[in-house]
Amino acid sequence: MILLLLLALGFAFLYLPIVLLVIYSFNASRLVTVWGGLSTKWYAVLLHDDKVLDAAWLSLKVAVITATAATVLGTLAAVVLVRFRRFPGRTLFSGMIAAPLVMPEVITGLAMLLLFIAMEQAVGWPSGRSMTTIVIAHITFCLSFVTVVVQSRLVQMDISLEEAALDLGARPLKVFFVITLPLIAPALAAGWLLAFTLSIDDVVISAFVTGPGATTLPIVIFSKVRLGVSPEINALATVVITVVGVAIAAAGRFLRPRPQG
Amino acid sequence: MAETIISIDAVSKSFGSFAAVNRLSLSIHRGEFFSLLGASGCGKTTLLRMLAGLEQPSEGRIVIDGTDMTGVPPYLRPVNMMFQSYALFPHMTVEQNVAFGLRQEGWPKDRIRDKVQEMLDLVQMAPFGRRKPAQLSGGQRQRVALARSLAKEPKVLLLDEPLAALDKKLREQTRLELVKIQHRVGITFIMVTHDQEEAMTMSSRIAVMKAGSIEQIGAPVEIYEYPASIFVADFIGAANMFEGSISRHHDSQVMVACPDLGRDVAVTHAPPLPVGAAVKVMVRPEKLLLSRDEPGAQMNWLRGRIGDMAYLGGLSAYHIELASGLSVQATQANLKHVDGGGPSSGDEVYVAWHPANAVVLVQ
Repeated sequence: MILLLLLALGFAFLYLPIVLLVIYSFNASRLVTVWGGLSTKWYAVLLHDDKVLDAAWLSLKVAVITATAATVLGTLAAVVLVRFRRFPGRTLFSGMIAAPLVMPEVITGLAMLLLFIAMEQAVGWPSGRSMTTIVIAHITFCLSFVTVVVQSRLVQMDISLEEAALDLGARPLKVFFVITLPLIAPALAAGWLLAFTLSIDDVVISAFVTGPGATTLPIVIFSKVRLGVSPEINALATVVITVVGVAIAAAGRFLRPRPQG
Repeated sequence: MAETIISIDAVSKSFGSFAAVNRLSLSIHRGEFFSLLGASGCGKTTLLRMLAGLEQPSEGRIVIDGTDMTGVPPYLRPVNMMFQSYALFPHMTVEQNVAFGLRQEGWPKDRIRDKVQEMLDLVQMAPFGRRKPAQLSGGQRQRVALARSLAKEPKVLLLDEPLAALDKKLREQTRLELVKIQHRVGITFIMVTHDQEEAMTMSSRIAVMKAGSIEQIGAPVEIYEYPASIFVADFIGAANMFEGSISRHHDSQVMVACPDLGRDVAVTHAPPLPVGAAVKVMVRPEKLLLSRDEPGAQMNWLRGRIGDMAYLGGLSAYHIELASGLSVQATQANLKHVDGGGPSSGDEVYVAWHPANAVVLVQ
């Protein structure tokens, strides 16, 4: 009984704020904290707010590009780390892949910003801060997460499957595409979704490397909140929560181990 | 002499400072069923993987059917391997698994279909072509793995512990079946196993390996009856060994003085050794005869008392304690019903064997 109560308290602690936020997104009142009856008018306002819609579209583009690029690069890194046990600089490489996982985002963001400025002065690219710089920065930190997810799947995979394919006459590249890739596909999908979620949520790194005309959704929300909370933000947040929730649930499904043949 | 299909020439393989295979030379004949037998870690699997091209030798040369295989990758070698875990591709059906090797060679579709059908018929798996490996039993997976590795008609099939994953009963059935299939397809089989019974029943020749080298190569009969070393005698089957030294040569026989037995023992099979050389006399338990009466003069015999005995159905196993405290193992076929006066625990008996049934091994 006491255990159940504790559990309920724990869940309340975690999810009550989110539930409240969702409920207040259907509030008819202009004041966020005063209940004025049920309404969906803030969703309508949201739909006509071009600034927010543009930002959402930009965030979506950034997230898709980031997730795709991070999945390709992260998978390559994982394959190198798992299949090539010994090569010079392996420890350094593996450490550098893992570093962004533990690096404070503020530092990553600041470092990226300094790099972009230095590069612009040195080679003239990237000119200014834009979607390009956001995408590059996002790929950098998402890649590590993809690597970790794919790596764990590769380690579990029976290496004699690849050896059998080689033995039967398939060349190494073909083995990778016909045997390895299909077998680790669930991890790739999970990695993609994870990268997508991380990118679409990110505010700190984006804030550092963004420029005029390239405002992502979390940055819009953040700046709107600073001017005073409007119920429109609640509606927006509810939409974001829904999207992220669905993505996480899908990632969970892909990550679940399946019976291996 | 049989034609050589594989010759392994002074091959070594080391992993760091550990020498898995140590200057090993061996030739394998076309069409034979050859077994590499040894305990785990003796280098037998490493040797097999070098034949497949999955490992490269640190030194030495492997020639397959007249072609030097040094530096040739696995996908260009005329050999195929059946893996211990079977390594069936879980995302492909049985048919797709068997067809995999043929597709790599770019066979036309209808020929692939016919060949896959033929291979599945060979291993009696034709009704299961559309299943995925996860939907098959262990024995069925083993058959599919065999069909897949035979589909490309390799010059040599390498089998890494092909029966280890099966339960005991199925394992024994599969032994004979594997030999039958080998006869039918006429391909040279090289099998790695740690199970001496498996090697004995299936192979035409066996190489017993120890610590990266070959201890003895020969037909199962030779290896069992005339082991070349104490290690082989001990590894294959059960053995009684008596320490001694050569006392004299007598006609075709060698006399060995065994202090533990308190007498000289005559042995027909002995390597050429000088008088005084320290040796062991090895006699298999089933070569010993138990009797109540003193055996004839041409036999070697000892007196002892039966200690433990075990009734094993077709056989009975006895431990006979000698006056010196040494214990000797003997097995006797139960030709008659045992309840009628056979030797039993506590009986004083003579243990006898013919000089031709023992072997002298160098210590």
